[in-house]
Amino acid sequence: MTTSADARPRRRIRGVGLVLVAVYGVLALAATGRSTVQILTDFSEAPVAYTLSALAAVVYILATVALLGRGEGWYRVAWVTILFELIFVLTVGTLSVVDAELFPRDTVWSYYGLGYLLVPLVLPVLGLVWLAKHRTPGDEPR
Amino acid sequence: MILGFTIAQIVIAVVAGLIAIAVGLAKRPPSDLSLGGAALVGVLLLAQVVVAAVGPAVGNTPSGNPYEFWAYLISALILPPVAILWALIEKSRWSNVVVGIACLAIAIMLYRMHVIWTVQLA
Repeated sequence: MTTSADARPRRRIRGVGLVLVAVYGVLALAATGRSTVQILTDFSEAPVAYTLSALAAVVYILATVALLGRGEGWYRVAWVTILFELIFVLTVGTLSVVDAELFPRDTVWSYYGLGYLLVPLVLPVLGLVWLAKHRTPGDEPR
Repeated sequence: MILGFTIAQIVIAVVAGLIAIAVGLAKRPPSDLSLGGAALVGVLLLAQVVVAAVGPAVGNTPSGNPYEFWAYLISALILPPVAILWALIEKSRWSNVVVGIACLAIAIMLYRMHVIWTVQLA
């Protein structure tokens, strides 16, 4: 589907996609704040969980930036990052259910992100759907 | 934290969030109505900073981790200005939805702050 061209330089994400970016931005902020506090205050209590929290923060920041980014490169980064995010939320979510011992402290992805209203589970799916629908190679201005 | 003030803040954030999302879904561009609510939420957060800063001095101390509390409060403080600025730059209806999501996120963060301040389960 083609949309009317803007006079402004093209950004891949627009319309409802901006809402997706905003949610990623909020999660990035929340995960960064949480992991910073966890690591600074009691890292030794749950190093695995807290390292994962920090990883989650990086993933959300990268996804936010990649979705806003222009060009084919950022498009690939967005794919890889969000795919990575989906794999992690499923893996960590399942592990936290099966073996709670492994994560004595919660991460963003524990219980499939239940502490964040399951947004971490739904978001990567929406993100991948959005990316798949907006594969428009060659319409990037140089 | 002061319970009544926290409840008022959460209610206002939820109402402001729902109004902004409704305005956006009604295909209207950002207006005083949708952005004013978020601005009010932001101002109330500044008041919350004062409450949380003064509280411990007058015997109203957090039972949980104060760093975690402040991480939430500072994160929440960042949201309204960023969302409003976004809406002023990108005057599309989706900006209203973005502003609304920010307000709802703040409501959740306020609830978390309340839990950290008062209840300790773990």
